[in-house]
Amino acid sequence: MTKDTKSAVPTDLMFDDDELERRLAQTWMTGAGVWGALTTVDHKIIGRRYITTAFVFLAMGGLLALAMRLQLAQPEARFIGPDRYNQIFTMHGANMMFLFAVPVMEAMAVYLVPLMVGTRNIAFPRLNAFSYWIFLAGGLLLWTSFALDTAPDVGWFAYVPLSGPQYGVGKRADLWAQMITFTEVSALAVAVELVVTVFKQRAPGMSLDRIPLFVWSMVVTAFLVIMAMPAIMLASSSLILDRLVETQFFNPAEGGDVLLWQHLFWFFGHPEVYIIFLPAVGMVSTIIATFSRRPVFGYLPLVMALIATGILAFGLWVHHMFVVGLPRLGESFFTASSMAIAIPAGVQIFCWLATLWGGQPVFKTPILFVLGFIVTFVIGGLTGVMVASVPFDTQVHDTYFVVAHFHYVLVGGAVFPLLGAIYYWFPKMTGRMMSETLGRWSFGLIFAGFNLTFFPMHILGLEGMPRRIYTYQPEMPWAGMNMFVSLSAAILALGFLVFFIDVIRSARSGPIAGDNPWGASTLEWAMPSPPPCFNFRRIPVVGDRDPLWTQPDELAVATGLRTDRRELIVSSVVEAQPEANESSPRNSIWPLWAALATTVTLIWSIFSPWAVVWGSIPIGITLTGWFWPKQTPEDES
Amino acid sequence: MKAGVAVFLLLSAILIAGCNGAQSALNAEGAAAVQLKHLIIAIVIVCSAVWALVMIVLILALLRSRTQRERPSSESERRMGKLVAAAVAATVLIIAGLTIASFYATRGLGAAQDAGITIKVRGQQWWWQFIYDDADPAKSFQTANEMHIPVDVDIRIELESIDVIHSFWVPSLAGKRDLIPGRQNTISIRADRPGVYRGQCAEFCGLQHSHMALFVIAENMPDYQRWAASQRGISVAPSDPEAIAGKALFMRKPCAACHTIRGTDASGTTGPDLTHVGSRKTIAAGLLDNTRGSLAAWIADPQTLKPGNNMPMVLLSSDELRQLSAYMESLR
Ligand code: HEM
Ligand SMILES: [Cu+2]
Repeated sequence: MTKDTKSAVPTDLMFDDDELERRLAQTWMTGAGVWGALTTVDHKIIGRRYITTAFVFLAMGGLLALAMRLQLAQPEARFIGPDRYNQIFTMHGANMMFLFAVPVMEAMAVYLVPLMVGTRNIAFPRLNAFSYWIFLAGGLLLWTSFALDTAPDVGWFAYVPLSGPQYGVGKRADLWAQMITFTEVSALAVAVELVVTVFKQRAPGMSLDRIPLFVWSMVVTAFLVIMAMPAIMLASSSLILDRLVETQFFNPAEGGDVLLWQHLFWFFGHPEVYIIFLPAVGMVSTIIATFSRRPVFGYLPLVMALIATGILAFGLWVHHMFVVGLPRLGESFFTASSMAIAIPAGVQIFCWLATLWGGQPVFKTPILFVLGFIVTFVIGGLTGVMVASVPFDTQVHDTYFVVAHFHYVLVGGAVFPLLGAIYYWFPKMTGRMMSETLGRWSFGLIFAGFNLTFFPMHILGLEGMPRRIYTYQPEMPWAGMNMFVSLSAAILALGFLVFFIDVIRSARSGPIAGDNPWGASTLEWAMPSPPPCFNFRRIPVVGDRDPLWTQPDELAVATGLRTDRRELIVSSVVEAQPEANESSPRNSIWPLWAALATTVTLIWSIFSPWAVVWGSIPIGITLTGWFWPKQTPEDES
Repeated sequence: MKAGVAVFLLLSAILIAGCNGAQSALNAEGAAAVQLKHLIIAIVIVCSAVWALVMIVLILALLRSRTQRERPSSESERRMGKLVAAAVAATVLIIAGLTIASFYATRGLGAAQDAGITIKVRGQQWWWQFIYDDADPAKSFQTANEMHIPVDVDIRIELESIDVIHSFWVPSLAGKRDLIPGRQNTISIRADRPGVYRGQCAEFCGLQHSHMALFVIAENMPDYQRWAASQRGISVAPSDPEAIAGKALFMRKPCAACHTIRGTDASGTTGPDLTHVGSRKTIAAGLLDNTRGSLAAWIADPQTLKPGNNMPMVLLSSDELRQLSAYMESLR
């Protein structure tokens, strides 16, 4: 470029809408074909991919659950032997927690958060691409080991010494530990991206008290990830060191401590539940507001409740350990803090009820799932209060009562809102509506199937049925109820089948959605569906919490971003005042290479500790490629 | 949703009516378990009431919104704010009440210090070892998977594990407590009535976690003492020729390497003590009733009956099987 054009860099001020869109598309687009797919750093493409993959894992985890229910339908069944059964329930738990629930919530955020805060891409888009690949690798590792009959068989909690070198023979527990590392690296990367996106890339004017509630919930979740995940990485790395190089962290005979594992695991494992649940809270608030046709009641209390839940989540891990024989005083403290978490949960429920009360609800599928959520999650919360009581817990811990409890929390509390969220945002993501008829069917079947499957488990637990058993004896009075539960699980599965059919069908041939089919108020609805690769033609300026309700015709916009390179606005943390324009990285193949190098290193390290040494070479090379500063035509000026 | 409510009420009714299972927390027969049962029922009732209230508000909100057409005013919002605040205050009170109730219940559940009898429980993959130690070693004895206790006496149970974590749980008598390698835990139990109480390992402990049951047999003091006296005695040499042959086989085959039979040369410690195995109700940690047939079936092929357990299959002819099972049965 010559000197005199320097002052005339092309910005969004200089073009009419059509020309601007053409130029932005050229700058932000993802390449064509396979190469484009492998190199893209577009948060929407990665987010969709992430969501789809997580749902595939949900379906596979569901099939495992059905297999377990088939085996447990009758006493002393010979359908699945103990070895396979232990792999199956371990896979089910690990898969649902590490490959479905946490990733799917982060994936929803990867897709939605940049749109909702009004920016063009997530912060660190290449890291985002990397985190998807590494997640995929972790999932493939786990499922390949299952196909080869060497899947982990020590439970998703992998208690030592059962998972230690002496009793966990073979490579199964090592596979578990490395799978954890994969998914944690991925989760941590996304969490960091989300925090930076939300704090530094919000649209001008979106001060902290105007951030949409879903975005708030993801910020709190991201902080939970950042604080909880290191504990599990510490735990799984100590475990693999014990197993591979004969350290003795957990061996009491050599001065190690068995309970150290449980403390580390649950210091992560309890917040994990809130990592799954808090995003769902954000989804519920969003959906309730839209379909009640009014702003959600109690924005501030809801944000405070999110933060309070996040803090309390770290104060109650010991309630998973009430039967290991800890000092009484400690147990009392953890009882009190576990009970206390019911208070922010109550605040949230009451605010939602108030929103419904004061609104004019429209009963479409998304809100049906939210109503189902309220019915079931309250049960899960109340049984949570029950197990928080030490004496109560000594009877129900490690029984089916607990299986019932945490499925009410996880499925009722997180999967129902998630399904509602899919119905809600599907039109935005694909440009097409899902079927209202099939939606009602899938909701009805899932809601009924879920309660019929899991409610009786409370009773099975009180009747003394322990969990993680592959069979039980005919003289136990559990057979009838187990058969009932297994048949109900089939109804539940049918409901999910209808849901998947609806998704696939609607993605191809659902009715065209339009920009804002639900009449919602947040920024992601201020653009065509599906969104163009650059998200916003011009960056909106936000003046309140519900911009599309208060400025229904045309949003105010901020201008001055260049069109010839990937530029976005960096804004201040509290007030979201624009501070600078900054360019966002371009498409690149290096995140994929880096993920491959990391994968090879991590898997190899199961077999030889030297892998860590040699593997650092390809990782170093790929990272160099990733960060190599490249002069591109647009960068010259 | 109505169907859901109906099912919930129905199932709650079943639950509160009490289920008289063989291994039920609601079928309490010991002081601790009775106390727990009362606490459980109280908490379940309170929580069900809370749930019902929330559901009523939800239904009212949905019904109301069908008729109401005015937009929320700042006045109505303020009224709602007060209601929400009141609901939160009520939540705090209920939570505090339940917390205090649970502290009280915990206080009553400590391990008995001045117990009448102390029994050491050792969890193993996948069976239970019960050690009745006595100051006089000649009076010490042990048994497996089946523990006798006298009624109306506090029994102190000392829990230890030699391999992985297990959990000792007899719901009709008390809550559970883990057996953790490298630590000693205790719990106390007490039976109010004679009876057979089933328990089961509650912490996942590997392949045969499902088949790790135990029985607590509570009996009146004289019966208990008679039982203890008979267990203290060493095994009586068999008189029946088949059993005599069985005994010889037992000593010759790998059996003796893992099992102890007091009064013979067999002194292995890997498997359960078999000194009085014939007097037990079940074998293989509750897997099979203790009959001659099931003894033979077990010895012939323990791995098919309980896959993965630590007793290897020993090749035996059918005559040898018959002799061994006769011997086992004679050990009373
Ligand atoms: C789709 C319907 C589902 C069914 C029928 C189902 C059924 C089961 C069953 C039978 C178990 C084994 C219980 C035991 O042996 O202790 C189990 C365990 C578990 N499930 Fe599910 N489940 C379902 C969905 C989910 C979802 C969506 C999640 C998480 C978001 C989840 C998380 C878990 C976890 C963490 C465990 C514990 C695994 C362990 O003990 O290591 N499940 N489930
Ligand atoms: Cu066990």
